[in-house]
Amino acid sequence: MIWLGIDTANIPLSVAIVKDGEILIEENTSMAINHSLRAMPAIDEVFQKTGIAPSDINAIAVSEGPGSYTGVRIGVTIAKTLAWTLNKPLIGVSSLKALAANALYFNGLLCPIIDARRNNVYAGAYRFENGKLTAIIEDGHFSLGELIGKLKSFKYPVLFIGKDTSLHKDQLIDELADHAVFAPIQFNLPRASSLIHAAQQFEEKVDIHNFVPEYRRIAEAEANWLKAQEKGNDHG
Amino acid sequence: MKKDLYILGIETSCDETAASVVKNGTEIVSNVVASQIKSQKRFGGVVPEIASRHHVEQITLVIEEALQIAKLQPKDLDAVAVTEGPGLVGALLIGINAAKAFAFANQLPIVGVHHIAGHIYANQLIQPMEFPMLALIVSGGHTELVLMKEHGLFELIGETRDDAAGEAYDKVARVLGLSYPGGPEIDRLATESDGEVEFPRAWLEPESYDFSFSGLKSSVINYKHNLEQRGEHVNPHHVAAGFQASVVDVLTTKTVRAAQEFNVKQVIAAGGVAANKQLRTSLEAKFKELNIPFYVPPISLCTDNAAMIAAAGSSMFESGIRGTLSMNGRPGMELVSWNK
Ligand SMILES: [Zn+2]
Repeated sequence: MIWLGIDTANIPLSVAIVKDGEILIEENTSMAINHSLRAMPAIDEVFQKTGIAPSDINAIAVSEGPGSYTGVRIGVTIAKTLAWTLNKPLIGVSSLKALAANALYFNGLLCPIIDARRNNVYAGAYRFENGKLTAIIEDGHFSLGELIGKLKSFKYPVLFIGKDTSLHKDQLIDELADHAVFAPIQFNLPRASSLIHAAQQFEEKVDIHNFVPEYRRIAEAEANWLKAQEKGNDHG
Repeated sequence: MKKDLYILGIETSCDETAASVVKNGTEIVSNVVASQIKSQKRFGGVVPEIASRHHVEQITLVIEEALQIAKLQPKDLDAVAVTEGPGLVGALLIGINAAKAFAFANQLPIVGVHHIAGHIYANQLIQPMEFPMLALIVSGGHTELVLMKEHGLFELIGETRDDAAGEAYDKVARVLGLSYPGGPEIDRLATESDGEVEFPRAWLEPESYDFSFSGLKSSVINYKHNLEQRGEHVNPHHVAAGFQASVVDVLTTKTVRAAQEFNVKQVIAAGGVAANKQLRTSLEAKFKELNIPFYVPPISLCTDNAAMIAAAGSSMFESGIRGTLSMNGRPGMELVSWNK
């Protein structure tokens, strides 16, 4: 079983090939370089270096978001095009769950965080139980205060994962005191191998044509339009 | 005997997700367009984020359909041509990354095409291009006069200094309270009209082939405002007719003067606004008088489509142009010749 994993949901880029449960190659970078410049060359490179042909793979795992809208779309577009033209199954994994999968054995809540600006975050909370990651707080777009409120309602210590946690560290410590634990740097980058691990365990196969990013937020124009519609209905 | 050349074209620079297969650069084998116009209508114009979201939903579907209609397998293709720019960057990136992934998986070369080169080469799908040739490109994003002395050799002789013609149409349509897209609506009102308001023409410097439409747009706004101040009725037919007369007059006069100065053998119009009836009629009449062949492709090839990208891509491919897997979207890409 050969897997290709792709994560371009945020600034970091990760691409891996996992064969029969072994990582053959993984490329992880975290530089502010446009994914359109780097993603396909990185995919080409992991195939070249392993000598595996694209048609040899059995499945593709992709980070489906949330994250940078453009970043998520680049990874998803590449993954769905490859999966469709190579006729291979495609498995989408939450970019937050993939981060949680970096730190499975923490006995508490795993809380991946992706910054969404203006003191908002994309986040979720997971428990690692019976060899599986279970969502305790579903992935979503929260104000930091909202997220902290939700985390406080559980009695577990919380491991914050992701490079954006550093932006909110002070406030998290203020509010959660010694319940707040921070992942070491090597867990903070999304890793395509973790993504593949998560994909193997629980994600469902999808209809490739209809596969779209999980933005976890509707576009601003659409939100405004919906608001205007509601107003119109109130008056009508 | 020379083997036939099959190019898959992909276009996502604005709000159409399109794929097409073109044979030998001149023959449409399939031409699939998924339009977002219904969705974008809600916002009265194209919202870039919404456009990008729709492209991701449609991209593999339109490519699959283009191949199915063409009854071709990826291995039957010679290359993939994709719009590299200009356009909305987030929208361009969907087509580009799909094109790169498809080309990589099927070991095909990739060619990055300039959107305007595509609009010009749409004509190659109707009749062979003859040089020197003059192209008038008018759309929501462009108003350009391009002189071509041979294949792949472009000389930009005039362009808009502010709004594109199509943009002016959309803005004036909004002022008149017409629905999006405004172009066809204004064209309809103008054609039905029994009179017209006199609006100014922006000729700029006597020798210039550049255009300017923002002053005209302001005149329309002022005219409407003044009438409303006096409590008088604004006749949208007369405004539409006057506005369109000004646009058509300037576009026709400058195109005709350029065609004469450069002694061209052929004049073509391209882009969404080239579908405008009055503009077409005006240009046709003038060039008939001058005995210069003038062509406008059918509407389906005037508006954004992927066949035109495949047509331009074919010419580029034959000139040895190849892109790489690091191709990026280039929202402000300039039209550069590939035959130098
Ligand atoms: Zn166009």
